[in-house]
Amino acid sequence: MAINLVVNGERHEVDVPPEMPLLWVIRDVIGLTGTKYGCGIAQCGACTVHLDGVAVRSCGLPVGDVTGAVTTIEGLSAAGDHPVQKAWAEHDVPQCGYCQTGQIMAAVAMLQETPRPSDADIDAVMTNICRCGTYQRIRAAIRTAAEAI
Amino acid sequence: MLTIENVSRRGVLKGLAAGTGALVLGGRLLASSRALAVPVGSTPFTPNVFVSIDLDGGVTLMAHRSEMGQGIRTSLAQILADELEADWARVIVRQADGDEKYGDQYTDGSRSIVKNFQRLREFGAAARMMLEQAAAQSWGVDPAECKAQNHKVVHASSGRSADFGELASAAAELAVPEPQALKLKDRKDWRYIGKPVRNVDLGDIVTGKAVFGIDVRVPGMKYASVERCPVLLGKVRSYDSSEALKVPGVERVVEIPAVSEPVEFQALGGIAVVASNTWAAAEGRKRLKVEWDLGPNAGYESSAYRELLQSTATKPGDIRRMEGDVDAAFGKDTKVVEASYWSPHFVHAPMEVPAAVADVREDDAEVWACCQDGQSLRKTVATAIGMDPTNVTAHVTLLGGAFGRKSKPDFGAEAAIVSKAIGAPVKVTWTREDDVRHGYYHAAAAQHVRAAVGDDGLPTAWCHRSVFPSIMSIFVAGQKKPDAWEVDFGLTDLPYNIPNICLETGEAAAHVRVGWKRSVQNIFHAFAIESFVDELAEAAGREDRVAYLLELIGPPRHVDLAKAGVKDYFNYDNSVELYPIDTGRLRNVVELAAEKAGWNRQPGPRRGMGIAAHRSFLTYVATIVEAEVAPDGTVAIPRVVMAVDAGTVVNPDRVRAQMEGACTYAMSAAFFGEITARDGVVQQHNFDDYPVARMSDAPRQIEVHLVESDALPGGVGEPGAPPFAPALCNAIFAATGKRVRSLPIVHTDLKAI
Repeated sequence: MAINLVVNGERHEVDVPPEMPLLWVIRDVIGLTGTKYGCGIAQCGACTVHLDGVAVRSCGLPVGDVTGAVTTIEGLSAAGDHPVQKAWAEHDVPQCGYCQTGQIMAAVAMLQETPRPSDADIDAVMTNICRCGTYQRIRAAIRTAAEAI
Repeated sequence: MLTIENVSRRGVLKGLAAGTGALVLGGRLLASSRALAVPVGSTPFTPNVFVSIDLDGGVTLMAHRSEMGQGIRTSLAQILADELEADWARVIVRQADGDEKYGDQYTDGSRSIVKNFQRLREFGAAARMMLEQAAAQSWGVDPAECKAQNHKVVHASSGRSADFGELASAAAELAVPEPQALKLKDRKDWRYIGKPVRNVDLGDIVTGKAVFGIDVRVPGMKYASVERCPVLLGKVRSYDSSEALKVPGVERVVEIPAVSEPVEFQALGGIAVVASNTWAAAEGRKRLKVEWDLGPNAGYESSAYRELLQSTATKPGDIRRMEGDVDAAFGKDTKVVEASYWSPHFVHAPMEVPAAVADVREDDAEVWACCQDGQSLRKTVATAIGMDPTNVTAHVTLLGGAFGRKSKPDFGAEAAIVSKAIGAPVKVTWTREDDVRHGYYHAAAAQHVRAAVGDDGLPTAWCHRSVFPSIMSIFVAGQKKPDAWEVDFGLTDLPYNIPNICLETGEAAAHVRVGWKRSVQNIFHAFAIESFVDELAEAAGREDRVAYLLELIGPPRHVDLAKAGVKDYFNYDNSVELYPIDTGRLRNVVELAAEKAGWNRQPGPRRGMGIAAHRSFLTYVATIVEAEVAPDGTVAIPRVVMAVDAGTVVNPDRVRAQMEGACTYAMSAAFFGEITARDGVVQQHNFDDYPVARMSDAPRQIEVHLVESDALPGGVGEPGAPPFAPALCNAIFAATGKRVRSLPIVHTDLKAI
């Protein structure tokens, strides 16, 4: 069954079952691998993308249910210079880097909703898992990005 | 011993194509026959080089260790580029394949810098000296007057200078300096070593371009998911794949032969479902019907295992270190303090699950994996498919975390077996459930500690028995006693100034694959030792734990384990002459942490500070955790202060990052971590029932104070973790009066009464 999907402004017609999670359509069918698999049960947030600007965990979202435009890390900014990406670089946040694309997508969506987040806001929204333990730097980078946006 | 030779020059001598004549320095650690076959000048494609310089002056440095978040690709390049006097902006870093010609590539044991600091400086210096000599020859001046400076060689008296690119061809014709002729830069002239150089992969990471093992895609690649026996050493009795094959996208089903003992890094065996995408493979797998012969571990049950280990810890065991007269110290009227500690199995759970791509062809094979040692990957794959390792190319990708899990390339073997069976490239991706349920688990440990206490409150005797399944059980079937090195990770090297010491181990069978995990046995040894120090101080009525700890460490000295009857102390694979157990350095980090934290054991109601100090991987760390325990028992960690003496540091920012991360990693294990089994089957599945720290749980603030030192470099990736759990539990005790002796902490009721 052909499903129409807009990813990073580009239209894709994908021939997959509608129950296939968006994550695997993005990674295996469209071939954008910046969006990561971490748990498959929407626990860790490594698969976070935007649907019409709202952060969603794509590992549990059937592609047939996707109605809005999808933005992945590859489509966040043309030159990798979104203020959140720049703040991540300024604080040298990543260690292994695997979860960081999901963290960045979650942070961007949060800052759109809450431009000046409190620590409690950050704790409540930034529930993505980082096993390297970069949380202190993520918090600092969000503060820097909030100033810049 | 360093051996460097000028590969480009040798190429010319052998009459091979001279190519562009660029300067290439290779490490002749083994016969490098392949190097000879490669035209000189095409060096970016020759894997046996650490340094190469193109005619345009572009410098390519090989990273032969795996990057898993510790920043090693950056740090190794900093060392080479510094001695080379290269301009960092003109350096690119390439990842080396797994190949013996690099020397060992085991990226574990916190030893990449320890083992390569001097060696890579020499490689960089040799290249620099040859460029200087090339310049001197072309200008007809004394080489001693030519000095490499930031990608140029300069002749000060005449004002002449030449870019490295202009000199590359001429330098390629020169002989490599003899090792004794190498002149390393003075420490004061270091350009990159000791500086917080930014991660070379940062740009790719924040834009999603970084390629991890799970991201590799090759033309014609299939995707596989493997159903494995839920019990270790179980076998497929029969299976029915008819329903699996009906799932759209599923193409084939392949049986992987059962693992045999010793399990080593072999594929576990099972049924692989091959499909056109990862999800279809997983869906097909759910529809497999497999009958298992569960094998010898089907009776494994965690609570009975714990009782057995704890009971063993109360009985005499194998003596690993004996000093003084312990029996006499426990005299009739002696005050005795004793306690038992428990630490369960943990699993690594790196964010990137194990994943590998293999393309096995008729005569050769290629594999890509997120592995901590490309050479182990190469050998494991070669064995799995019955091919000579020289015909296997093992590519190392970025690792999305590893923590020891990816030292074991069983997932690479699975991909290779499936690829061989289907005659096409295939990617095997583990699910998170596979990762949690089929891991190489950190050993569970029961420990019993007993001390005789003198009138001054300090111990006169320390008896400690540690019982845990050996990591060696994966290499020697049925091994029940730990090897000496396992005990040397944090027990036999007990640094305290106690006249009578008896350290023992007991037997424990392994019923799961036991594997090294970040900090390894130091995790449970430091937990017991540093908790017990706090218990001794409490028993002595000593409120100032810092002062008590310093008295226990005693005067600055080198602990002589040979004199204490310990034969061949492992010392993290280094000599004690170069890396002594130095109690002066241990004292120093304790004092520094206390000063920076503003040590105050009870800063407020239900608030407490705890301290722990531990030397591991040749580095000294003291950690002070501040904990706040809410009346409902919820623990918050507002602040952690660490003092770290890792000797000479290559990249202080990455060292800080490792220490910060080690706290949160250790916190996850101490607080939540627990793998249990019933009927041989691991009971946890995913992050819902194997929780790990999130932003809201993690320490709010972590301060890392690095000791300025010109000592030899120590390890960095692991030593930050061991002191954390005991410091946290000591803080909880200070805040609540409740002693946590059994991990994870979540099982202890910390509610206000």
